[in-house]
Amino acid sequence: MLTCKQASKLVSQSLDRPLSWSERMQLKLHLFICDPCSRFKQQLKLLGVALKLGRTMTENDQDIKLPLDVKNRILQANESGSMQKPV
Amino acid sequence: MENNINHWLNEHGDYLYRFALARLKDPHHAEDAVQETMLAAIKNNSYEGESAVRTWLTGILKHKIIDSQRKQIREQPVSDLIDLDNADTSMDDFFDQSGHWLERPQTLDMPDGALEQKQFLTILDGCINKLPAKLKAIFMLRDVQEVENENICKELNITATNAWVMLYRARMGLRKCLELNWS
Repeated sequence: MLTCKQASKLVSQSLDRPLSWSERMQLKLHLFICDPCSRFKQQLKLLGVALKLGRTMTENDQDIKLPLDVKNRILQANESGSMQKPV
Repeated sequence: MENNINHWLNEHGDYLYRFALARLKDPHHAEDAVQETMLAAIKNNSYEGESAVRTWLTGILKHKIIDSQRKQIREQPVSDLIDLDNADTSMDDFFDQSGHWLERPQTLDMPDGALEQKQFLTILDGCINKLPAKLKAIFMLRDVQEVENENICKELNITATNAWVMLYRARMGLRKCLELNWS
């Protein structure tokens, strides 16, 4: 029987690699009887949804603009032909 | 050439900045990534008119974003690294010695309203920015940029097991931070 520590680790790793058949079965069994770990799984799912939403919202937020002084800084850096950033 | 960079900045500067900000979650790092993209673009001018300029610039930016993340990892305090090396004890904040939760995870729900969602995401960004630099970088690569694990390991020169442990740690910390700050 998996501990909660082991089960939560597998929940996280299932996002990064395919679990083996035996890992999947053990995790399924653990989640069936363990509410806290099931909630942990839900939390990671929510985290994934929130991250995608956040990324899209930032990408599409027309109010976010490259600051003018940064534009000027880039033009200056280009003119001076230097790749160095101002300190 | 000058006309080019001026034109690119006016046409694509804001877009590139938002793209970088969404992935680095730090205005200064995002500004630097855009600057380096523009300078690299003008220097190498490898654009051949086969794809849209924006697509070409975005391709360069993606590399600059990863460069920025690598740099953040190199510049982080040594103490962060020591803590991360010991992956097993680093979960002691969450589990007792027999592997039970010290504090059981609570139900977390995404709010429905647009305003509440924005607040939720602001809190999440705050939590992400509190992660140690290395955890933040690998987490952003994997869960926000959705880079394959194999490539992350290559880029950051770490093993797959190492990557899994750090992602586990980052996600564990973030869900806890959300529990504490979102109610």
